[in-house]
Parts: sequence; structure tokens; C-alpha cells
Amino acid sequence: MSLVIAVVTVAVIAALFGLLLGFASVKFHVEGDPVVDKIDALLPQTQCGQCTYPGCRPYAEAIAAGEANINQCPPGGEATMLALAELLGMEPMPLDDEHADMPEKTVVFIDENTCIGCTLCIQACPVDAILGAAKQMHTIIEDECTGCDLCIPPCPVDCIHIKPVKVEPDTWRWPLPEQRDTAPRA
Amino acid sequence: MSNTSHHLWHFHGGLKLPGHKAMSTGSPVARATLPAQLVVPVQQHIGEPGKLLVEVGERVLKGQMLSQADEYVSAAIHAPTSGTISAIEERPIPHPSGLSALCVVIETDGEDQWIELAPLQHPRAKSPTELRQLIRQAGIVGLGGATFPTAVKVNPGPRAKIDTLVINGAECEPYISCDDMQMREQADQLISGCQLIQYMVSARHCQIAIEDNKPEAIAAVEAQIKAEGLSTIEVVAIPTLYPTGGEKQLIKVLTNREVPSDGLPSDIGILVQNVATAVAVHRAIYLGEPLISRIVTVTGEGVAQPQNLQVLIGTPMAELIAQCGGYHKDAARLIMGGPMMGFSLRTDELPVTKGCNCLLVENSAEQLPTTMPCIRCSACAEACPAQLLPQQMYWHASSKNFDLVQDYHLFDCIECGCCSYVCPSQIPLVQYFRFAKTEIWNQERDRQKSDHARIRHDFRQQRLEREKKEREEKLRKKKEMLEKKKQQEAEQGDSAPADPKKAAIEAAMKRVQQKKAAQQTDSNDEQ
Repeated sequence: MSLVIAVVTVAVIAALFGLLLGFASVKFHVEGDPVVDKIDALLPQTQCGQCTYPGCRPYAEAIAAGEANINQCPPGGEATMLALAELLGMEPMPLDDEHADMPEKTVVFIDENTCIGCTLCIQACPVDAILGAAKQMHTIIEDECTGCDLCIPPCPVDCIHIKPVKVEPDTWRWPLPEQRDTAPRA
Repeated sequence: MSNTSHHLWHFHGGLKLPGHKAMSTGSPVARATLPAQLVVPVQQHIGEPGKLLVEVGERVLKGQMLSQADEYVSAAIHAPTSGTISAIEERPIPHPSGLSALCVVIETDGEDQWIELAPLQHPRAKSPTELRQLIRQAGIVGLGGATFPTAVKVNPGPRAKIDTLVINGAECEPYISCDDMQMREQADQLISGCQLIQYMVSARHCQIAIEDNKPEAIAAVEAQIKAEGLSTIEVVAIPTLYPTGGEKQLIKVLTNREVPSDGLPSDIGILVQNVATAVAVHRAIYLGEPLISRIVTVTGEGVAQPQNLQVLIGTPMAELIAQCGGYHKDAARLIMGGPMMGFSLRTDELPVTKGCNCLLVENSAEQLPTTMPCIRCSACAEACPAQLLPQQMYWHASSKNFDLVQDYHLFDCIECGCCSYVCPSQIPLVQYFRFAKTEIWNQERDRQKSDHARIRHDFRQQRLEREKKEREEKLRKKKEMLEKKKQQEAEQGDSAPADPKKAAIEAAMKRVQQKKAAQQTDSNDEQ
């Protein structure tokens, strides 16, 4: 008899917990993967594809799935790699040669004398930073350009050039003081 | 009115520094000679640059507005003398980066002809808002060096109630003496300016804080207050200790109250203004004059005759040095500001700006001492007037761990340089903090930019998706239409061709065939 009571009790408890879990999975369902969102928020959103993935979000998904390393983003450089390592609790890793740090930020500009108005660059721009229409001259909206350089290969007349972003007095950064033999030892 | 009855407090840390002030206070403030060319930078203040109102080739009069403040936190600039605008272009400006910025270049005509001014006889008949507007029009910014637009600062908002106006005459940094000379020579204008600001923010009390190493200034201002019989303004002599002139430090000394870490003095009912700013307010309201000149201390062991000069904004620094007898043969380094907080300039071919209070010429070259490792002596923490832990901040800043630096309240650092001064290992601590601050601002800008790019990218993806769907929909509709037509034709059968065009074509074809047949029979007949 006691055996039956025990079996019934455990079965009832199991059923209750099952219901509870089922309810929770419906009630607290999370759309999408929050880790992907968090990783995506740290990426520079140039959508340049230099990480070998077609954009920042696909790269974030690949990192979340464990398929990609955190050191494949050249525009983000070391800062992004460190932020990703911090978020994911991973050991920081050096940027591999293939994805070496980019020394300075750049934007592109169109040589308007050469542009033939083919619209191929407009179709390539991931952030709609190029203005123009068929057989009309095109121009780059510099403030919106992320420097991904994706517009350069499609151009049939090679009229798109890279230029560094100009440093203004209010975007200028103090350099790190030279360290001679003084790296702090913790 | 006596300055002895006051109970004063101490802020944490601070340094007693040799003053070196007497070398530039020997002679009264002289007027700088009018240069042949003035270079007026458009941005001389914290905030947004103004909108240019003039063009190249235009003749401008003294006091004419060159750019107006369009944004709230912005300041206008004015022509310091009459002349012709020869260029509006990028010129080197006095900035630690040595970079260039947009400047209006004026070839002076020597006539110094004023634009028509609108002085106010009875400012109290106007509302504080109207007076603030006049200050805004006059392009006044904080002349202590911070260059924050004064019209914004004297508008603490409806919630903050200003109880005490503090006029900062501490001038705690060595060598600088422009505020000292201003108080000695223009005490009447200073008191008038104080009353105007008091009226604008409805402050009941006004305290003019002057370090006790300036007895002449204290005496001059006290005499003026006594002569006017004012009861709400008092002079407070404060002990000479660097950096008492820091806003938060001065408030602590006077009131024992502390400004919250991310707050403003107005949060505790106090407004602090520099001496020169108060004088500029007086001139803007009573005389209608915009801010077009300031007193600059030209001093240091490397200059022949150190003195204070009343200088038009935009005057080349080289001309000021020349007027002070030129460089000493050992002169090695030109600094804008004082020895503690100033920065080295690479050239003297730079214009004087609203924030330029001192040109210091040092004989010794910038020392690059062999920096030794930090020995954790904590001398920096004892000296820090903001009660920070510079050694911890240094650790994290040099390893670029910017989150941790901020946890140690990096942004409460006023960059006074006390920590670097006392460091026995001669670590340039402030440089590390400046580095960390600009890096953090840069990261923040990058983050905003990437957020913006993400929104634009997402929007583009959505748009492409939508366009694709619309195309498919169009195609589908066209197909449906065609099918419908075919069906209709099939239903009507070929008894009567529905299309009149088709009928016409068929008729024409028939005619041709008939003609051909007729021709054939004709030829057959001939044969």
C-alpha cells in the first residue's frame, strides 16, 4: 500500500512541475537570441564583411553559435575584441594577421568628374550613404559612411577613393604618454 | 564687510606653490598695440560653433557680429576692430593638438571705428531673461579659462534656486595675475557686474573670494563696496592654496558644502563666476560692448618685461611677446595658461582667444624626466583636491581598462596637476587621465555612430524586403490579368474577333491574298 502512495505522490509532484515548466516556457518565451543582440551591439556596424560573414549581425550569430572567433573584426580592432571577451567571459586573443587592426578610420569619396552614374555603388552600400540616380552624378554622404569600402569593387570606372577621416580639435585624442621602462607591474 | 569674521573650511589635499606673481604686477595694464591682422577663431567656447554672418571682402566695424549663436550652448564672436575680411579659412589655433580650425581673418584699418552700440541706462527695468539675451548677443563666455557660455550658466532653470553668487578671484595658479590686475584697476566695473548677475539669478548674497596673496586687490574691491555702501556683497580673503580657484574647491572653502559628483553648483544653490566674466557682463549691459578683448598675463623667466596687457581677441601671440620686450635668450617653451594646467604651444604664430588668460615663457625646455615605476606611496592621493585615487586610475588608464578608470571617478578629475607635481617617480599622471578621457569620449562617439549605422542598415534591409514583395505582388497581378483575358477570349470564341485591330489586320491580309491571286491569274493569262 505504502508503495502505491509513494508512486502516486511522486507522479503527482512530477505532473505539477511539468505543468509549471510548460506554463513558464510559454509565459516567459524569449523572441530571438538575446546573446546575439548583445554581441551585435558591440560590433561597429560597418557591415563590411571583412570577418568573412555577410554583415555584423551574421557575425554576431556565428560568435553566439561558437562558429567564429572574437578576433575577426578589423574595424572594431582591439577594443571590440576586448569588449567581446568581457561579455562572453572568454580569454582575449590577439587579432590574427588576416584581420589585423586598422590604423585609422576612413571614409570614401567619389571623384565626380569620372562618375558615370551607373548606380552600382548605391546598390552595394549597406547603410544607404550614397546619393544619386541613373545617369546622374553620385555622391557620398560623409557623415553616414562607415568606411566599409564595399562600394569600391563594383565601380566600373574606379572613381571611388579612400580618404582618412579628418581629425578636428574636438575629436582629437591625447596620446598615451610614452612609457620608458615603466609598464606598471600589478 | 570685514573679511576677518568669516569662518572658512579646507578642501582635501592641495599644494602650496611659489607664486611668481609679482613679476607681472609691477606696471598697470597696458593696451596692446593694434596688429595689422587679427585672426578670430569661430569656435572659442564650449558647445556648438556659431553661424557665420560675414563674407570675404566685407568691411566690418568694431563690435560687429561675425557669427551668431544658433544653438543653445553656443556663443557669438565679434570683430575686435574695424577692417576688411581678407579670408575665412582654417588657421592654426591654440589647442594642445596643434590643429587648425575655421577663423575669420581681418586686415585692420587702424581707425578702430565702433559699430553703433545700444547701452542700457537702467538694466533693472528689463527682465532677467532680456538681460541674458543681451549677454548671449555679446558673446560672453567664462573667462577663467573654461569658456562655457555665460548666458547658459546664469540661467540655472526654474527648479534650481540660487542663494549665493560666488565671484572667483582666487587665481590660484602661479604666474597668472590678470584677475588680480582687473580687480585692482576695475573694481567699480566688477561690483556693477556682480550686481547684474545677482539680479539675473536673484541671488541674495554675493561673495567675492580673493586669495590672501593679493592684498591690493582685496583693498581695492573692499573700498569700492564701502564707497557704494552695499550690504549684500562682501569680500572674503581665502588662504593661498592651489587649486582653491577650482569651482568645487572654492565652494568647499567658503561654505563647507560639496557639489555632487555628477552635479552642478546650482544643485546646492551656488553660482560661480570669474572676475573677468563679471566685468564683461557690466560692459555688455551698461556700455553695450560685446566681448572683443581681455587681459592677458605675459610672464615667465623667458620674457624680458613681464606684464599684463589688454588684448584684442585674435591678436597674434608673437606681437604680445614682442611688446613685452621679446624672448630672453634662454627662452625654451611657450605655454598657454599656467605652469600647472596650461599646455605647450609649438609656435607663437597663434591668435589670442577668449580663454587665453596667460602666456608663460619658461627657460627650461619641457622636461622629459626618466619616469620611474609607481611605488604605491599614495602621495598623489593625499594631494588630490577631488579626493580621487590617482595611482589606481593610472594603473587602469595605462592598461586601457576604461570601465575601471570610470569606476574610480575619472570624470571628477579637474586635471589640476597636483598628483603629477608630487609624484616621486615623476609619472605624468594627468596626461594619462587626459588620454583616458579623450579615449572614452571617442568610444562613446563610435558607439553612437555604430548604433546609427545599425538603424540605417536595418532600415535598408526592410526596404529591400518590401520592394521585393511589391515587385512579386505586381508580377502576380499582371499574370492574373493576362489569364483572365485569355479566359474571356476563349469564352467569346473565335466567331467574332474581339479586337478591332486584329480584325483590321486580318482584313488587310485577305486583301493582299486576293491581290496576289489576281496577279497570278493575270500572269497566267499573259503566258
